[in-house]
Amino acid sequence: MTYTSLLQDKRLTILLSGEIDHHSARQTMEAVTSKIDVYLPRCCVLDFGAVSFMDSSGIAIVIHTLRAMEELGGEVWLANIPPQPMKVLRAAGIEKLVRLGAERSPA
Amino acid sequence: MKQENEALIQFPSLSANEALARQIAAAFAAQMDPTLDELGDVKTAVSEAVTNAIVHAYPDRIGPVSLRLRRLPGNVLEITVKDRGCGIPDVAKAREPMFTTGGAERSGMGFTIMESFMNSFALRSVPGKGTTVRMRKKLTGRVNGE
Ligand SMILES: Nc1ncnc2c1ncn2[C@@H]1O[C@H](COP(=O)(O)OP(=O)(O)O)[C@@H](O)[C@H]1O
Ligand SMILES: [Mg+2]
Repeated sequence: MTYTSLLQDKRLTILLSGEIDHHSARQTMEAVTSKIDVYLPRCCVLDFGAVSFMDSSGIAIVIHTLRAMEELGGEVWLANIPPQPMKVLRAAGIEKLVRLGAERSPA
Repeated sequence: MKQENEALIQFPSLSANEALARQIAAAFAAQMDPTLDELGDVKTAVSEAVTNAIVHAYPDRIGPVSLRLRRLPGNVLEITVKDRGCGIPDVAKAREPMFTTGGAERSGMGFTIMESFMNSFALRSVPGKGTTVRMRKKLTGRVNGE
């Protein structure tokens, strides 16, 4: 998986893609953490627009990102979530933890 | 009346086989004319069950995992995932949302998702012997397909 990211006005957007499962999750977590450590953003947007499948491993990625951003006093937004990943995230009550944006985030 | 059908596959508990198991289940289910949402539910449930067998059943070795797919009357898909790993000491506890022994890499939502995405869910586990998960889901099918 490749992780394109953009930084603007202290907002870091990370574009996730492909299938998110346990097999790929560790690598994604490490990529997200290292980008946050480098850019020290105020807000981290995880863009799910190109995610074709996600299981509960993705929930752990979101929570991991949330922890990393809480350490910086920042916040996490989730953007462009397709129906299948959305159903998984909702099963975990993720909308109580992070802000969900259906629209493409103004990056 | 459509023919009943069945497939059985066994693979080692390598994480690369998570995607393989999902794809096989999706290809099998596709013969039953599921909706896109139903197909997503099936793939998710299979991914959860197979990942558990890969991550939890064999913590420090590679062992066998089997995936059995059956088409039952009424366009019902039955999925059975079985391992011969360590087993679960407290099944009721394991099924609670957010319960995990997997640390920060896991969410503890696997069983909750399997239960809510499928119509029926049964878990059998014997410590030291292994774990079996059986799930069923009725798929919509074409109106004249059954
Ligand atoms: N096949 C299995 N073999 C042994 N233990 C298992 C198995 N499946 C699940 N478990 C136990 O049940 C717990 C909950 O599983 P689950 O709800 O899928 O959450 P997670 O996989 O995120 O930990 C696991 O953390 C593990 O302790
Ligand atoms: Mg699990």
